[in-house]
Amino acid sequence: MSAIPLRTIHDFPGGVHPQENKEQSTRTPIAIPPLPARLVLPLNQHSGAPAQPVVSAGEHVLKGQLLAKATGFVSAPVHAPTSGTISSLEMHPVPHWSGLEESCLILLPDGKDEWCSLSPIEDYRTAEREELVERIHDAGIVGLGGAGFPAAVKMSSRKASKIHTLVVNGAECEPYITADDMLMRERAAQLVSGIEILQHMLAPEQVLIGIEDNKPEAIATMEKACAGKAGIEVCTVPTKYPSGDAQRLIWLLTGKEVPNDSRSVDIGILCYNVGTIVAVHDAIVHGKPLISRITTLTGSALSRPGNVEALIGTPAEHLLVFAGIDNDTFHTLIQGGPMMGHTLDTTAVPVIKTSNCFIAGTAQEFPAAPPAQACIRCGLCADACPIELLPQQLHWYAKSQNHDQLQHHNLFDCIECGACAYVCPSAIPLVQYYRAAKDEIRTHKARTEKSERSRVRFEQRQARLEAAAAEKEARRKANAEKARKLKEAKAAAATAPEKSEAKAEAEADPIQAAIQRAKAKKAARAAGTDSPAKPAKPARPQLSPKQKELKIQLSMAKAQLKKSERALPQMEEGSPEANKLKDDIALVQKQLEQLQTEFDAASSAPAEAPAATEKPVKAKKPALSDDEKKRKIELAMKKAALKKAERALAVAEEAGSDQVDTLRQARDEKRQALADAENTGVQA
Amino acid sequence: MDVLSLESVIYALLALLALALVFGAILGFASERFKVEGNPIVDQINDLLPQTQCGQCGHPGCKPYAEGIANGEPINKCPPGGQATINALADLLDLEPMALDDEHGEEKPPMVANIREDECIGCTKCIQACPVDAILGAAKQMHTVITDECTGCDLCVEPCPVDCIDMVPIATTTQNWQWPLPSSSEQSGMQLIATDKQGEVA
Amino acid sequence: MALIRQTSPHASGKNHTNHIMRMVIVALVPALFVQMWFFGWGALVNVLWCSVVALGAEAFVLTLRKRPLAFYLKDGSALVTAWLLAMAIPPGSPWWLTFVGVSFAIIFGKQLYGGMGQNPFNPAMLAYVLLLISFPVEMTSWLAPQGAGVDPMGLTDSLQAIFAGHSIDGWTMATPLDVVRENKSLTMAELWTEKPQLDGLTGIGWVWVNLAFLAGGLFLLKQKIISWHAPVGMLAALGVMSLLFWNGTGSGSHGSPIFHLLSGAAMMGAFFIVTDPVSGATSNKGRLIFGAGVGILTYIIRVWGGYPDGVAFATLLMNMAAPAIDYWTQPRTYGHRKPKRGMAKSE
Ligand code: SF4
Ligand code: SF4
Ligand code: SF4
Ligand code: SF4
Repeated sequence: MSAIPLRTIHDFPGGVHPQENKEQSTRTPIAIPPLPARLVLPLNQHSGAPAQPVVSAGEHVLKGQLLAKATGFVSAPVHAPTSGTISSLEMHPVPHWSGLEESCLILLPDGKDEWCSLSPIEDYRTAEREELVERIHDAGIVGLGGAGFPAAVKMSSRKASKIHTLVVNGAECEPYITADDMLMRERAAQLVSGIEILQHMLAPEQVLIGIEDNKPEAIATMEKACAGKAGIEVCTVPTKYPSGDAQRLIWLLTGKEVPNDSRSVDIGILCYNVGTIVAVHDAIVHGKPLISRITTLTGSALSRPGNVEALIGTPAEHLLVFAGIDNDTFHTLIQGGPMMGHTLDTTAVPVIKTSNCFIAGTAQEFPAAPPAQACIRCGLCADACPIELLPQQLHWYAKSQNHDQLQHHNLFDCIECGACAYVCPSAIPLVQYYRAAKDEIRTHKARTEKSERSRVRFEQRQARLEAAAAEKEARRKANAEKARKLKEAKAAAATAPEKSEAKAEAEADPIQAAIQRAKAKKAARAAGTDSPAKPAKPARPQLSPKQKELKIQLSMAKAQLKKSERALPQMEEGSPEANKLKDDIALVQKQLEQLQTEFDAASSAPAEAPAATEKPVKAKKPALSDDEKKRKIELAMKKAALKKAERALAVAEEAGSDQVDTLRQARDEKRQALADAENTGVQA
Repeated sequence: MDVLSLESVIYALLALLALALVFGAILGFASERFKVEGNPIVDQINDLLPQTQCGQCGHPGCKPYAEGIANGEPINKCPPGGQATINALADLLDLEPMALDDEHGEEKPPMVANIREDECIGCTKCIQACPVDAILGAAKQMHTVITDECTGCDLCVEPCPVDCIDMVPIATTTQNWQWPLPSSSEQSGMQLIATDKQGEVA
Repeated sequence: MALIRQTSPHASGKNHTNHIMRMVIVALVPALFVQMWFFGWGALVNVLWCSVVALGAEAFVLTLRKRPLAFYLKDGSALVTAWLLAMAIPPGSPWWLTFVGVSFAIIFGKQLYGGMGQNPFNPAMLAYVLLLISFPVEMTSWLAPQGAGVDPMGLTDSLQAIFAGHSIDGWTMATPLDVVRENKSLTMAELWTEKPQLDGLTGIGWVWVNLAFLAGGLFLLKQKIISWHAPVGMLAALGVMSLLFWNGTGSGSHGSPIFHLLSGAAMMGAFFIVTDPVSGATSNKGRLIFGAGVGILTYIIRVWGGYPDGVAFATLLMNMAAPAIDYWTQPRTYGHRKPKRGMAKSE
């Protein structure tokens, strides 16, 4: 390392010093746990759009093979961590705050651990930047330190060409976690190689590696590994949570602030976690996609805490057993650190790309939060907040759901670091208030946007309907006008019968012609609007028109039956209505059976004339069913109407409304109409 | 208490008067200077309505109800908007917030329509009913709902002659899951009362 | 095995509200002893009686509000209010006076606003002012300190004075602040020789009481229970004001800075009243301003106002200004060019 002037470290406001608890997991080197019996690979392990599976159940895959491809640029693919068989795509618990399930590919390893063919880049120094970015994207590399933002996105930004500083985040400020620490101790060479790749791609003036001063071994190793490398500097930052937050670290090392409405790229700085950079090295130099990561296993419920290189998708259970879990004292499972991590409901969740740590805690280690007391406005939270927010005000406004004030007080700048809740003497779960409020505001925004869209759609439709109505009205007027003229003409003809009759004829004719023309035009237009949808027809070619017809009837009858059956229990047993309805049901059931057999017959004798065009069928069928179909539909409608009337009546009777009589009358009428329709049906 | 002479009382009054005048002038100026050039009140009301267009308020859509409100109709007739909308309207119109008028229905969680596609007979009746054109399909074609555009208004359910439209609640996924506020039942309230009870029992 | 579900952070600092309140009480103990030494047992009886009334009043309201008793009584905020009020009013005040004061502080000053953390005014000071306005005679009847020619009241005398309504006339004496304020004819030097209660820097006993409060305050600072901003703001402002307006030792003298800093409720106010987090400003800058405001107003009221001591009034006035101070002292959030002042526009 050439003589570089000692860097000034810019302290950031606030911050806290929670108990570190790091030594437990740094006593042993990074271990490799045995292959688990199955791997669970969520399709959405990153921020952005979920990946889309490209393999199907039962398929055999090789280690490193693409399983799900990225959908869009802000997305990341998923690869097979080992060779084996894809058993299914199913919903499975994932490490998410909500405890909800997500769709995951389940891979059953075959134990051979057989790599697919890899294509490393021979010499990245001669490779184009675009190609390298693409490699990094295709390797599924996301930020391994936290949110899992796809790594390639930042470096492909147009502004990435003006990067002057690359910040390498090895601060690891969260208590308990030592994954980055161990990585730097054991894989310094790969890390430096990864940094050199990024140097080649981004050409920054300086590379600053920020490490908290509580990791002397890592600092020493990195200093040795970076010795003599131009432009790379290892910087020690004081231990203070949350120095590992990217923007905090950028401030510590450069004294530059990222404006709230932009990203660090905009001020010429990129920040990557050390794990991410090692993954970049693996992807470029070895051609390996991201299929494993270093995860810390710690907490008092483990007898062998330490770091493991875990395959993505390994169930936490498997790792905890490997680390010697004591199920009697095991009480809390946290993914991530105690400050920002979240509790998990089950040990079935897999390691995902962002799982830097699993803490298996005991009840003494993580006691239940004491009940929250009132905020005494002590201001300790404001002193601890690294962003200089006013957590007590935010808490107050979040409680009263005052969204305007929350936004005004910069709620969305909160990094949810938890420093405020850590110091709060009243044990208020401040961070949860902020998260809830943020979610609420986001949902609210989405809802407003949607309702705005609905409004526009509604208005457009309204305008369309109005235009149609206006057109109709105009036509009606024109007709009336013409009728009037005709009448006048007739009157005139009455006075002068001989001459005018011919004239009226002549006059009427063009009118008729005009009406005909308009009709034709309208029909043509209707056909025109219909036609774009028509191509959908071939999508279901297996149903002949007759079958379709039957199917429609079948489903209508089914629906009717269902409606009637649903109504039955509402009626008193033995009442005339109920009996009538039962008869109806029996009738409909019979019809249904008949239709079903007809339909089955039709489908079991597929395509009566296979090679023939549809014409003969069509020609035959309308003769057979045009009438019948109309009648059936009518019948169905009448029944539905009766059903509605009955429902209304029931409601009215229940409420003792004075409309009962009118409703009853309406119902009787409907029933009569139905009976008539049925009779005509039977006769026909 | 000779300090409290008539003179000092008069001075005090004069000072108050002067203050009142100054502040009055400032307020007057501010209200002129920062006057909001608002859109007409109907549009402002309409912006607050949920645009579900369900007609439960007794109007053929939200805009007509907005007009109704502008003409003095009660603000508590919109079940899809629920209490939140009523409160927002009360805020806008400077009225007392009231409870939802349950004559028009109850507040329900947001729903979307779902057409069971293999039962659809393509009658287009639902298309005609849908106020926001959220149903795609043509005569005798299977129809489908554009979930993102569906407002959950329910209007397409009744007209369907084969009853193949269901209203389903929008499912919670990891994508749209929301953090709950630490509720009093979860935090202080229940735990406290529970501990207190324990204390009493013990 | 059921895994528990909790929101982050899963670690927490050692500070706890109950602990803070306990520490405040501990820090008040030296001053209580000094008060007892100079003014007799009345001081202790006051404190005990106030504590009982405060807890009773708190329990009463909590029952009405259907809140769990044990949890809220344990937070100690009622006790702190009781102690502060008890130590601010003259020892040996009749029981009904303290009863009215403490009940008012708890019920109206605190619980009616929604309980701990919600009160815009310092409850103890609110009650103090109420008492001062309603019962000016009782509230200004300070006992003569030991060494000013009268022996302090014994336990029996105190109990009789407080609970049986025995007159305490034989024991009372104007406080140094009163003497200086009312003085129209004598120079300072003459006053100091004339009046038995004036001695040394400010007056017998008062120096020590104030120093005891100062010691308690320093303890709280050391324990990081309070921050230095508000006390320093107040004492500095009081000192500067009394220096600026110090008009010598003639008969119209307002008193020297030392006299102001070490008499009346100056130290108690600086370390125990303006540091009340609930009703004060929240940011450190805000606290400095808040404290300075109290200091300035205290001086003004002492010198030109109608009452001998102004800490209570000054505190209440600044309580009213606290939201405005918060409004103007919002820190600049990271990544924002300017601090966003004030409230969101509602339109
Ligand atoms: S630390 Fe807690 S009690 Fe103190 S001001 Fe913040 S939220 Fe309120
Ligand atoms: S969680 Fe948010 S408000 Fe609290 S200290 Fe961190 S950044 Fe500040
Ligand atoms: S009830 Fe329906 S139509 Fe009426 S305002 Fe509400 S959402 Fe719109
Ligand atoms: S699809 Fe149905 S529920 Fe959805 S908006 Fe249209 S009519 Fe309403």
